[in-house]
Amino acid sequence: MFDFIKDNLILNDPMLIGANISILLSVIGIVFILTYFKKWKWLWTEWLTTVDHKKIGIMYIIAAIVMLFRGGVDALLMRAQLTVPNNEFLTSHHYNEIFTTHGTIMIIFMAMPFVMGLMNVVVPLQIGARDVAFPYLNALSFWSFFFGAILFNISFVFGGSPDAGWTNYAPLAIEGSTGPGINYYLLGLQISGIGTLLTGINFIVTIIKMRAPGMTLLRMPMFTWTSLVTAFIIVFAFPVLTVTLALMTFDRIFGTHFFTLADGGMPMLWANLFWIWGHPEVYIVILPAFGIFSEIISAFARKTLFGYKSMVISIVTISFLSFLVWVHHFFTMGGSAAVNSVFSITTMAIAIPTGIKIFNWLLTLYKGRIEFSVPMLWSVGFIPTFLIGGVTGVMLGMAAADFQYHNSYFLVAHFHYTLIAGTVFACFAGFVFWYPKMFGHKLNERLGKWTFWFFTIGFNVCFLPQFLLGFDGMPRRVYTYGPEDGWTGLNVISTIGGIGMGIAFMILVYNVYYSFRYSKRETTGDVWGNGRTLEWATTTAVAPHYNFAVVPEVKGYDAFWLMKQEKQKEKIEYKPIHMPSNAGTPIVMSAFFFVAGFGLVFKLWWIAILGGIGVLACLAVRSLRSHKEDEGYYVSVDEILKTEEKKEA
Amino acid sequence: MFKKFKPLISVVMGLLFLIVLSGCSELAVFDPKGPNAETLRDLIMYSIYFMLVIMIVVYVLFAFVIVKFRDRKNFNEKDHEPNIHGSTKLEIIWTLIPIVIIIALSIPTVKVLYELEQPPKETAHKEPIVIHATSADWKWIFSYPEEDIETINYVNVPEDHPILFKITSADSMSSFWVPQIGGQEYGMPGMVNDLYLQADEPGIYDGMNSNFTGEGMTHQKFNFVALEEDEYQNWLKDTQENAPELTEETYEKLMLPETVEELTFSNTHLDIVDHGVDSGEYAMKIREKYGIEVGVQDEEENDQEESDSTDESNSHHHH
Ligand code: HEM
Ligand SMILES: [Cu+2]
Ligand SMILES: [Cu+2]
Repeated sequence: MFDFIKDNLILNDPMLIGANISILLSVIGIVFILTYFKKWKWLWTEWLTTVDHKKIGIMYIIAAIVMLFRGGVDALLMRAQLTVPNNEFLTSHHYNEIFTTHGTIMIIFMAMPFVMGLMNVVVPLQIGARDVAFPYLNALSFWSFFFGAILFNISFVFGGSPDAGWTNYAPLAIEGSTGPGINYYLLGLQISGIGTLLTGINFIVTIIKMRAPGMTLLRMPMFTWTSLVTAFIIVFAFPVLTVTLALMTFDRIFGTHFFTLADGGMPMLWANLFWIWGHPEVYIVILPAFGIFSEIISAFARKTLFGYKSMVISIVTISFLSFLVWVHHFFTMGGSAAVNSVFSITTMAIAIPTGIKIFNWLLTLYKGRIEFSVPMLWSVGFIPTFLIGGVTGVMLGMAAADFQYHNSYFLVAHFHYTLIAGTVFACFAGFVFWYPKMFGHKLNERLGKWTFWFFTIGFNVCFLPQFLLGFDGMPRRVYTYGPEDGWTGLNVISTIGGIGMGIAFMILVYNVYYSFRYSKRETTGDVWGNGRTLEWATTTAVAPHYNFAVVPEVKGYDAFWLMKQEKQKEKIEYKPIHMPSNAGTPIVMSAFFFVAGFGLVFKLWWIAILGGIGVLACLAVRSLRSHKEDEGYYVSVDEILKTEEKKEA
Repeated sequence: MFKKFKPLISVVMGLLFLIVLSGCSELAVFDPKGPNAETLRDLIMYSIYFMLVIMIVVYVLFAFVIVKFRDRKNFNEKDHEPNIHGSTKLEIIWTLIPIVIIIALSIPTVKVLYELEQPPKETAHKEPIVIHATSADWKWIFSYPEEDIETINYVNVPEDHPILFKITSADSMSSFWVPQIGGQEYGMPGMVNDLYLQADEPGIYDGMNSNFTGEGMTHQKFNFVALEEDEYQNWLKDTQENAPELTEETYEKLMLPETVEELTFSNTHLDIVDHGVDSGEYAMKIREKYGIEVGVQDEEENDQEESDSTDESNSHHHH
């Protein structure tokens, strides 16, 4: 056992030793603080076993921001390496590990959990529900994501990271990669994928079944709509991932030959299965972003969303199309002109509904009275920036032209323009917008504006030059280049932009601290004064754990805005509210998933079996106790009265 | 408030101009040296014009709304109409316009896709020279079956002559790309992809593998050398007479995951193995023979010494 740890702990690299030490110190620090302030019990009852969708959402968001930091450090290391030709800062081996973990973490462990966190916080509130349909399952979703992420992340300091790209193409990922890295990838994604699939199911049922009276489908807020469509995409796409990962896990661990070179495996099958999941995955992170922008633009333009119905039609269309375009990842695989033509056209067709949305946003601004607070800056900044991602997407969709763009920096620039200007801008926008709902105070506006400008300008400076690098024939995923290639100047500019984004992130973190100390505490539910949807209708800035003392009645689109117009003030009769109890099994069970996963990564069968038994035991405990746990408890009228009176007069 | 967005818009615009200006001159894709790359360049330029028009329209509208309707001291309340729900007419217009644009982009795309499946029109009367381009981690192997020669990490071709590259791979999936000559194509074990290319001007052009294949991928480059017809003929003759023979042992060494310098041989590997059919087994066998660790290993295998690397049970997983 000791040998096993000694062999796998990476101690030959100063950077990684530093990482090891800082991880160890942080863990000791956290344990110390929790013990010193006697916070263990609080942590356990208030957070680790919570089934409150808002707290789960907050935990998702915190984890996502930590992962944004990790992925961002990876990004800056890569940019550092690429700044000058023939740089020896990173070896090829390290660079490969870093771009692989960067891509995987950013998409699977940052973007997706961030939007899921926002969905968790906001969607039940927006539809006037007390909770999600399956609160217990929701906790399980979060914890399996969390432990999947941890498993993936420890590869960095224990055993070595995956190095076959976030697409993990076979046969490279099987026969071309030694060590446990790829196993970490397979099991980390598998475990967190369980959580994602459960979330998909949970939100479909929540949104379909738990809307407040009067909230017809066509009165649902845009963010709820995009979350619903996203949940459907998850339910159709994620089982593909589950099976695909499982097959490669068999190849790597049990010696089967699904995707191997040897023994008649089919490496290309991996690529196809991967993108059948992978392309819809991109829309899983972009559609909720569109929803967030819609809410914010309409709130701060003080106007109802323009073309609501065509917005709904276009997101549904996009979700269908997202399953019909995966072959665009293989335009250069020697498919016939006919096949390439068909997929070229379906791919470009996605631009039509996307274009509709852009014009609807512009028309929502038209005749508005626009207030440029920080969430609005992100949302308005999104339009011109994302447009660049959109038009270059159409260019990539032209199959013949893609022969020149594929695998080049043109592609790298394009997908960062869509993922960052789309998803990351939306995450920041939604984070700032709903921050008071989660924490009871706003983030500082001035610091927020600094973050926005540093990030947006840094972002464009970083990625616009990469289109040119692509035109100049610089392939992606290369760890270095020569001075004779002529790519130095543009790479230097690009790195400068990357640093700008890093500074923006630090200002954001400082802002969280600063606002916690100095921001005015908000007491009204409608903190921006512009709220149009029901999440702003709860009594206090932080919604009480039962959300609504009385289930609101919805009279039209923009439900809360309509209520404000009417301003009726009747005497309200409170009744006791039924809420679900906390549960410890989700976190324990996910921890056992982690143990099982870890065992499989190193083929330490006894650990794997131990983890498996633990999971089964948790399932058994839950089945035996479920009638008790699901009984829940009642919030008394007294308590409701007390909470509701906290609202300012 | 417009001032607030000025930095963003000027950065974006400035860099866009950079794209357009520098675009047309030196960047490899815009500096084609063969008919295929020229066709692609024209298609790309055609699409860029469309995209610029779209961007200008949206940016102008965007600048207009955020400047005119920003909340400010002397905001004219008449400009604020909070209840506009939509306009079927407008929405139909901005659905139809993109449809028209997509059609306008699809037609030339499809045309070019079919065109690239054939040898270039101008030289259609000439019989294409067939060259097999095989990638093996991390090198390019070029075989001229008619001429019975083989080159490693460089390929010589005559100018103004269609070349039919038959692209495949001995192990991982790679991508054959010479940006100034034409678009790329994947090479996969057990499959062959055809790619017609042609160079119009003598010169040395950068070729590479642009698909990630592990540690040595960055260095998997080759020179694509276009020669004048008689120079090419001289080189052929010289190679056939003077280059060494490719032995099976030398070829086996090429299957190992390493980079090598340029090499030239007076026969081809095609008698040893056909990678277009082999689907990677051959390379895996050779690696095992030379004791190269391939993919995942069982712990027992790690513990065992090299001596039993030929052991049957041990080789089961990896052939
Ligand atoms: C914040 C600043 C960021 C910088 C400076 C940055 C930089 C980079 C760099 C240098 C690469 C490697 C390109 C290559 O060698 O092929 C890369 C790859 C990638 N990035 Fe980022 N990135 C950033 C943010 C993001 C975000 C937010 C996402 C997703 C939400 C993302 C997703 C990816 C993906 C999927 C890859 C491809 C990885 C692969 O090739 O397997 N990046 N990024
Ligand atoms: Cu795609
Ligand atoms: Cu293939």
